[in-house]
Amino acid sequence: MSKLNTYEDAVAAYEPVLGLETHIELDTRTKMFCGCSTTFGGEPNTQVCPVCLALPGALPVANRAAIEATIKIGLALNCSIAEWTRFARKNYFYPDMPKNFQTTQYEEPLCEEGYVDVTVDGKPYRVEIERVHLEEDTGKTLHVGGATGRIHGATESLVDYNRAGIPLVEIVTKPVPGTGALAPEVARAYVTELRDIVRSLGVSDVRMEQGSMRCDVNLSLNKPGAEWGTRTETKNVNSLRSVERAVRHEVRRQSALLDEGIKIIQETRHFQEGTGETSPGRSKEEATDYRYFPEPDLAVMEPSREWVEELRASLPEPPRQRRERLQAEWSLADKEMQSVVNADAVELIESTIAAGAASSSAVKWWLGELSRRANEAGEELGALQITPAQVAELQGMVDDGRLNDKLARQVIDGVLVGEGSPAEVAQKRGLEVVSDTGALEAAVDEAIAANPAVADKIRGGAHAAAGVLIGAVMKATKGQADAGSVRQIILDKLAG
Amino acid sequence: MSDRIIDQTAAELSAGIREGRYTSVEVTTAFLDRIDAIDGTVKAFLHVDREGALATAAEVDADIAAGKETFALAGVPIAIKDVVVTKGMPTTAASKILEGWIPPYDATIVERIKTARMPILGKTNMDEFAMGSSTEYSAYGKTLNPWDTGRIPGGSGGGSAAAVAAKMAPLAIGTDTGGSIRQPGAVTGTFGAKPTYGSNSRYGLIAFSSSLDTPGPVARNALDAALLHEAISGHDPRDSTAIDAPVPPVVAAARAGATGDLSGVKLGVVKEFKEGSDAAEPGVIAAYEAAVEQLVKLGAEIVEVSCPSFAYALPTYYLIAPSEASSNLARYDGVRYGLRAGDDGKHSLEEVMSLTREAGFGPEVKRRIILGTYALSAGYVDAFYGKAQKVRTLIKQDFEQAFESVDAIISPTTPFVAFKFGERTGDPYQMYLADLYTIPSNLYGGPGVSVPVGLSEGMPVGLQVMGPVMGDDITYRVAAAFESTQDTLLADTAPEIEGK
Repeated sequence: MSKLNTYEDAVAAYEPVLGLETHIELDTRTKMFCGCSTTFGGEPNTQVCPVCLALPGALPVANRAAIEATIKIGLALNCSIAEWTRFARKNYFYPDMPKNFQTTQYEEPLCEEGYVDVTVDGKPYRVEIERVHLEEDTGKTLHVGGATGRIHGATESLVDYNRAGIPLVEIVTKPVPGTGALAPEVARAYVTELRDIVRSLGVSDVRMEQGSMRCDVNLSLNKPGAEWGTRTETKNVNSLRSVERAVRHEVRRQSALLDEGIKIIQETRHFQEGTGETSPGRSKEEATDYRYFPEPDLAVMEPSREWVEELRASLPEPPRQRRERLQAEWSLADKEMQSVVNADAVELIESTIAAGAASSSAVKWWLGELSRRANEAGEELGALQITPAQVAELQGMVDDGRLNDKLARQVIDGVLVGEGSPAEVAQKRGLEVVSDTGALEAAVDEAIAANPAVADKIRGGAHAAAGVLIGAVMKATKGQADAGSVRQIILDKLAG
Repeated sequence: MSDRIIDQTAAELSAGIREGRYTSVEVTTAFLDRIDAIDGTVKAFLHVDREGALATAAEVDADIAAGKETFALAGVPIAIKDVVVTKGMPTTAASKILEGWIPPYDATIVERIKTARMPILGKTNMDEFAMGSSTEYSAYGKTLNPWDTGRIPGGSGGGSAAAVAAKMAPLAIGTDTGGSIRQPGAVTGTFGAKPTYGSNSRYGLIAFSSSLDTPGPVARNALDAALLHEAISGHDPRDSTAIDAPVPPVVAAARAGATGDLSGVKLGVVKEFKEGSDAAEPGVIAAYEAAVEQLVKLGAEIVEVSCPSFAYALPTYYLIAPSEASSNLARYDGVRYGLRAGDDGKHSLEEVMSLTREAGFGPEVKRRIILGTYALSAGYVDAFYGKAQKVRTLIKQDFEQAFESVDAIISPTTPFVAFKFGERTGDPYQMYLADLYTIPSNLYGGPGVSVPVGLSEGMPVGLQVMGPVMGDDITYRVAAAFESTQDTLLADTAPEIEGK
């Protein structure tokens, strides 16, 4: 294993320059150049046709919905949209690429020259976008018989072409200097923001764990004031956390080499999820000559300015702007808002408020009890079987005094297992607060009788001791009493 | 003339079937029998589908007997060049690499032929992947020229041309990338048309050079070709390079031409072709000039036009076409279909791909893949592929400028009559010269037809008529007008072939 510097030593001596290339699978109904379905997880080779299998004679036809989605992404990233653009062929042999060339874009991308603004540690950073272009995905190869699923030692290689031809948007940043020690966080913030922007457009589910969003991290180091160094390109970075870790590792690894006077070679590296390290792949010296040339099977695209303006007008509020607006509306501190964003709860809270809950209650439920349930279940918050409307209903019942916190949590149990709406669960499970004063008074009398010493203390003015009696009453009523009311009854009965 | 079914033109057969003079089954059987009798000698077909052809013929006969409406060429059989994909029927592009491949789908033009209910006789021989001018590069043996079995039938579509010339099919489909319909037409005394690029769908055409490939008709005269042209032409949403515009009225134009009136028609002759005429055989030039005289008699006016960039057409073509081919042919790797070599557990995937391509491709295909790969390589792409694209633009401009002053441009179709087998395989450049006059219109995208106009050394000579983009009708009109000056079609005077 190569030597590593500590991160602190590394960034004290060198300045990192970042670059990020992100691939996003569009969730168009059909593939980029044919009518095959793009549904994830189908039986191998069931979503294929002569075009995406590259049978002799088959020809591509570009998917308009994919072009539209790419233009939307470009506009949302503040890019200019080409008036004249075309596809190109990138030629190289690989068994999961049916044509042995990838139809992509080369010198004339659909979108160019944009930017994404992010904030890290209260400081703003502008990540400039070089290009956004449209291309097609490859199939997937499965190596059978080898120890690790790798080609080495495999007895058979199986190829699934279901993914071949799914539209892929590649978003390439310009080099990002000036992030200093915050390079890992800026990289993560950029990828997060990009994900949120694309998600807000509704053109991809941008799930890194499913591979519908994939990231390559470019990084170089230079001494302050010196020219930029040679970069490496780390592939296989498949979570937001990994983006951060990959940058951190490359900073540590490259700085150690540079300290020893060793030149960084321009190469592709692979991120290892297990160790958080990068390992060498193909070096650019032995890289393929892709022999790009304009794709003669596809017509040139000339997106009309009317169309582009129509799409621009249809863009949703940018996520960053929306977050700032909601934070103000919900009166949240920066940290709280950050928690909401991290929990992916913005939409959920917004919908809960729309369904009638106060913002503080909506935030409390989603970040508190429901986040805890999601963690326990190992699920995402949005995957819980409870709707924002149900959360609002639950809070309404609390506000009306029909549920206390404990009962409300029991109601949630029922909702999550599909017993119905909060009202239905409360009714079925008999989870209403006991508001029958006679019954409560009887329970209080019993508690006083059973705890004479405590009762004396309270009579003596030690009101805090009421907790013991409240607990006993709650136990007797199986928690279905409102603690506030019980306390009042106790104090009234034991008042001087 | 003759009463034999196989001597009839497609138009005559169509009328005969419709009017009940004979059935489609009789017609189809006649051609199938002819194939049985003489194709052992000519070797125009790689695959014959007697059963399928007769089934279609029987359907047409039933429809006609029931008084149902049928398409113009219903019941008239056709042969299809083996580069066009046919569902359930072997399609090899005359390459070993596709031996045994049975396509699961039909090319658009095959769908249209099936819609028109034309019985498909089979698939015809060609140069492998349509690369060649003699059909000598077929992986399945050469096709002989019915006019002289010691000579080539042209290429790449030598099989389709020979099938029509030897009356084994009244009509055939060809494809033309640099002259592969027109040059075989010229050297076999048949009529061949390369339509405007994009006016006939390429979907299901095994790609050689995507920006040049054009499917088109092979026939015995202009009218037959025009009938087939209209049957297969028209916009196809599955081909992004297809032109979405009405099909030029080529049938009407062929009929108009047949009246023999060309008054007011201006025909351009390319100054640079004339100056470079040392490449053309004297006999070819003589036959061509005699044809021009006939056209003048019909009222055409001859105008000299200058197309200076035509001098670079051949090298331009031999950079663009191989570049595209090197990429188009990358899919033949043994992974998904066709030949797979070296898959014995001892070779890596990369080696299997390499061994497959080594074993599966013939010498001319390899030559062009290497040429194209080189022309697109880093460091060379600007000087070769890039420069060629610029010259292509200049050639288009030459055409556009010429068509400002003329209605069509005429030339010999090919500089020489059918040569003897083996005469040009040793020197690729000598082979490439066969397409000297046909390549410019491929680079431009406009239509061109070759019509037989006479003989030189007893072998047929063709006149090429080139038109502006989507001006296919004028090319048919001029060609049909020439035909009207002849007592008999040249195609009818071919020597009788002896069966084996």
